[in-house]
Amino acid sequence: MEKELRLMKGNEAIAEAAIRAGADGYFGYPITPQSEILEYLMEANPQTTTGMVVLQAESEVAAINMVYGGAACGKKVMTSSSSPGISLKQEGITYIAGAELPCLIVNVVRGGPGLGTIQPAQSDYFQATKGGGHGDYHLLVLAPSSVQEMADFVELGFDLAFKYRNPVMILSDGAIGQMMEKVWLKPQKKRSEEILPWATTGKPASRPRNIITSLDLDPERQEKFNFKLIAKYREMEENEVRFEEFMTDDAEYIFVAYGTSARLCQKALQLARAEGIKAGLLRPITLFPYPKKRLNELADRVKGMLAVEMSAGQMVEDVMLSVNGKTRVSHYGRMGGMIPTPDEVLENMKSFIKG
Amino acid sequence: MTEEIVIAGFGGQGVLSMGKIMAYSGMMQDMEVSWMPSYGPEMRGGTANVNVILSDERISSPILRSFDTAIILNQQSLDKFEHAVKPGGMLIYDGNGITRHPERKDITVYRIDAAEEASKLKMQKVFNMFVLGGFMKVKPILKTEYVIKGLKKSLPERYHSLIPMNEDAIKRGMELIRLKSECIG
Repeated sequence: MEKELRLMKGNEAIAEAAIRAGADGYFGYPITPQSEILEYLMEANPQTTTGMVVLQAESEVAAINMVYGGAACGKKVMTSSSSPGISLKQEGITYIAGAELPCLIVNVVRGGPGLGTIQPAQSDYFQATKGGGHGDYHLLVLAPSSVQEMADFVELGFDLAFKYRNPVMILSDGAIGQMMEKVWLKPQKKRSEEILPWATTGKPASRPRNIITSLDLDPERQEKFNFKLIAKYREMEENEVRFEEFMTDDAEYIFVAYGTSARLCQKALQLARAEGIKAGLLRPITLFPYPKKRLNELADRVKGMLAVEMSAGQMVEDVMLSVNGKTRVSHYGRMGGMIPTPDEVLENMKSFIKG
Repeated sequence: MTEEIVIAGFGGQGVLSMGKIMAYSGMMQDMEVSWMPSYGPEMRGGTANVNVILSDERISSPILRSFDTAIILNQQSLDKFEHAVKPGGMLIYDGNGITRHPERKDITVYRIDAAEEASKLKMQKVFNMFVLGGFMKVKPILKTEYVIKGLKKSLPERYHSLIPMNEDAIKRGMELIRLKSECIG
């Protein structure tokens, strides 16, 4: 089968890409603005084609624990939800991180806190990148800014999850989930039949038993394990940082934005350049690991950085840590499901430049 | 070429599907396209709108506040979007149920009485295709053959028998559209 060009919603692209990536299972519970993922998978019924299991669980908590179980068997499993539902899954997510299991979690973010709104937001950045559940752990976080990336990051996400035996999150938002764009879909991959050496699939006589747990009552061993996790996160920081730059070569001022905000900033950037303002844009693609080094390099030669996010100011803290005082950093954002306009972003850049 | 469009009206008038057909057709013509619907509480309250962008270049922001063209199908949407048309831009509206007509002088205003015509011809099902035909006439970016191909892509196969009716509606819409200044009343 060849690559295929389709017009799809971001949510649908995730669902179709999951089937094509050879996923073994999806476990979810509906919530706006991401219900199309579950709906699409239910309608596609991949159990009859690739054998992929699609199940609507009785709750978000059940869904994430089904993912935990599937992942423990070495299967390519995933779940998706939106902000309040992701909060419900946090216990399961920290257990999965603590048990060093691979899985893919999609968060199509809406405004919060609490039940908030159903409109797009980026206010779950802290939750996604700094832990979310309890204990010292990180997810590897991918931030798509187009429907194409919604599709591409499913396979990438699974690959990274298995490479590091770590949960991967696609941190999207309601705008990218709901909008339709062109998307090139990859050919169908066969589901893997490989039995991974650590997977709990029944103990043969040939090897000792595999144990999957996040519990160790011996603090010395637990600390050793914590160091092992830290080493894994450092390795991600070495190898997996991804970002995209626009017109940064001669830029004096830089927008830093991911996801939908990065799209708005691309337009604001065009408007700024048309007015003779030397602006650029750095779009982090991985939010953990964060493109700290690159921002630090750019900080040597720009006059300031403006983080644009649909939040009260979360990613801006990572920009500040990255540049470590070398250049001015400020934040502009809208909240609660409001999306800034490119003009509004430009106006804020202008007042930031004035200081 | 970049054309930034808003289509707005009541839920059920085919606002979202008209946008979808435009996006599909644009894709068939090798354009970059984006389709961003309103999916919030306003839609649940009965009004719907969608932003469609057709472009030769990579599309930056899929979310817009000002538009080259506004296609307006009810009074609330007219009140909301008349001022969002860029100076020099275009507004197309259906006169059905409109009590306060567009007033701006710095944009080109077209009227198409598609609801009335669709009802007269008992073709209410394809009302939105009359409007699309009108748009295609005054802004010839999308070619009819690609719109038909787009329809084939976006409609489930069981509705493909309705494609000739859609095509008729597009043709009739092209004849129906008038400059507002040429309309009486």
